[in-house]
Amino acid sequence: MEGILFWFLALVLLGSAVAVITNRSPVASALSLVTMILALAGLFGLLGAYFLAAIQVWVYAGAVMVLFLFIIMLLDLKAEEGMPLRALGVGAGLFLVLFLGVGIWHAIPASAWEANGLRAAVSNDAASIGHLLFGAYVLPFEAVGFLLLVAMVGVIVLSKRDV
Amino acid sequence: MVTELTVFLVSTLIKIFLVIGVLLGLVAYAVLAERKVSAAMQDRIGPNRVGLPFVKARLMGLGQPLADAFKLMLKEQFVPGHVRGFYYNLAPMLAFLPALLAICVIPFAGVDPIHLPGLSLAIPQPGVIANVGIGALLLFAVTSLGVYGIVLAGWSSNSKYAFLGGIRSSAQMISYEVAMGFSAIPVFLISGALSLPQIVDFQIERGWLLLPFVGKQFDWHLLFLWPSLLLSSLIFLVTLFAETNRAPFDLPESEQELVGGYNTEYGGMRFGMFFLGEYAALISASGLFVTLFLGGWSLPFGLLGTATSLSTFFLQALVFLGKVCLLVFFFMWIRWTLPRFRYDQVMTLGWKVLLPLSMANIVLVAILLAVFGGTP
Amino acid sequence: MGTPTLGHYLVLSGLLFTIGLAGVIVRRDLLIMYMCLEIMLNAANLSLVAFSRFSQQVRGQVLVFFVITVAAVEVAVGLALLVSLYRMKRTTKAEEITALKF
Repeated sequence: MEGILFWFLALVLLGSAVAVITNRSPVASALSLVTMILALAGLFGLLGAYFLAAIQVWVYAGAVMVLFLFIIMLLDLKAEEGMPLRALGVGAGLFLVLFLGVGIWHAIPASAWEANGLRAAVSNDAASIGHLLFGAYVLPFEAVGFLLLVAMVGVIVLSKRDV
Repeated sequence: MVTELTVFLVSTLIKIFLVIGVLLGLVAYAVLAERKVSAAMQDRIGPNRVGLPFVKARLMGLGQPLADAFKLMLKEQFVPGHVRGFYYNLAPMLAFLPALLAICVIPFAGVDPIHLPGLSLAIPQPGVIANVGIGALLLFAVTSLGVYGIVLAGWSSNSKYAFLGGIRSSAQMISYEVAMGFSAIPVFLISGALSLPQIVDFQIERGWLLLPFVGKQFDWHLLFLWPSLLLSSLIFLVTLFAETNRAPFDLPESEQELVGGYNTEYGGMRFGMFFLGEYAALISASGLFVTLFLGGWSLPFGLLGTATSLSTFFLQALVFLGKVCLLVFFFMWIRWTLPRFRYDQVMTLGWKVLLPLSMANIVLVAILLAVFGGTP
Repeated sequence: MGTPTLGHYLVLSGLLFTIGLAGVIVRRDLLIMYMCLEIMLNAANLSLVAFSRFSQQVRGQVLVFFVITVAAVEVAVGLALLVSLYRMKRTTKAEEITALKF
């Protein structure tokens, strides 16, 4: 059951990620990214990180991507026109992909493929994340809160026509 | 041989069919109720002609939803020439889906396992389709996806009225989502749970969060927290109005200025999907409010507290349904009483009044809980 | 199809990261490049959550929580920048934004 779900979600994840960069229309790209985010939330759920899955959907799909769609529609962005493919470019791209792929493959230790690792997930992950956030990680947490404040001020300054 | 998995799968399937069936029936009759309520408030009669087909029985217009459904389904599926085809077809489905998904985590009856006569295994979690530990968060996450249908409908219709309606609606929904989340946090702080069935259990023991004196045992802590809870529930209720695009927050489809808002260019069953989605969202929003503040499926003083048999289970579900219907009536009452806000008033109320109030409320509740030494 | 191991998740995350990187290189619209950045961040999040699950520690998930927050901040500021850029240059194409001074 878990295997089937994993392969299904992985397929959707990669398919929609590819669709983000192959679609010419910005709205289609944005919607593909939403699909990707939902599939990723599904994978988080499969890994037992239910809290993060909900946050992922709420923050990314519910807020960030709506903002993207907003901007696309307000600026009325048109579909990007294609450029002719050049042999050199395609070759360099393939080489890079191969290079990166081999690198990633070698970075994964052999022990990662043993099936014994996956046992009971941490139960009640929301509570344990909360304890860590307000315990060991309280300083980073405050820093992130301050970052949000700075970003808010920054966005208001940026989007006002004359300050 | 009946295994645990089959019991789980079969019972879940039955629950899904039951809940969605009841939800759709409720939606159909909510539309009729809306027309009846508005008629009563404006001293009219309302729809009273359609009864059973082929018979002369009128039944005070109770057949109206059937006629409405047939009308919507049999209409020509007309697509204006200027729309962006794919997204135009996608939008109504996206508008309808989140409301259906949201109902999955709302407990409509007790979640203690029920033993059926003649079956050795108990039915797990009979009162909720998916008993998720972070049900409340998941619910907020899913309802926040409702914006997509509206934004896409407005944009893909390629018409100014629809576009303005879509932009307005999404701005409104995003603004009020924040205040809605914040106003629910005191509930989580006090009950110490994110799981909706656990919140209901807490309310059975200590009293409903809106009426703290109806619990099994009286808890004076909750009396101190009562003002905050009243404020919290008020903010939550107002944001629910805004989230479901109901009057006095029905700016997105204000007929006098935007024709029909984001669904101007839609007709037939596609329009019907928006309509159904709107009412389904209304019902699941009422269900959420009942669960968070009105004790869910429980009766005061712990009556019907634990379901041991199928009959108490159905009684609990009926109690929940009754509460939801009362709240839906309240929504309609408000709609036909208050005039619509102006757009800048909506934004001012959301960002400058409700958001700071709900944040201050969280701080107040947290301080009170710290004084009491944790959850009472 | 057995249960997926840590390796499966890591390969998936690597593939996702590569797709995002390719998008940043190939696409010329700043907005789409932003989306590809999000893909890369999400890929990193996936491997963090997988590590956290397979080492039975919640700390990885806390890091993901921070990443999601910072990503939201980044998008808000980035999109505001993009809009003010669009106001001046009427374009969001990366190759047309060439002036150092406006």
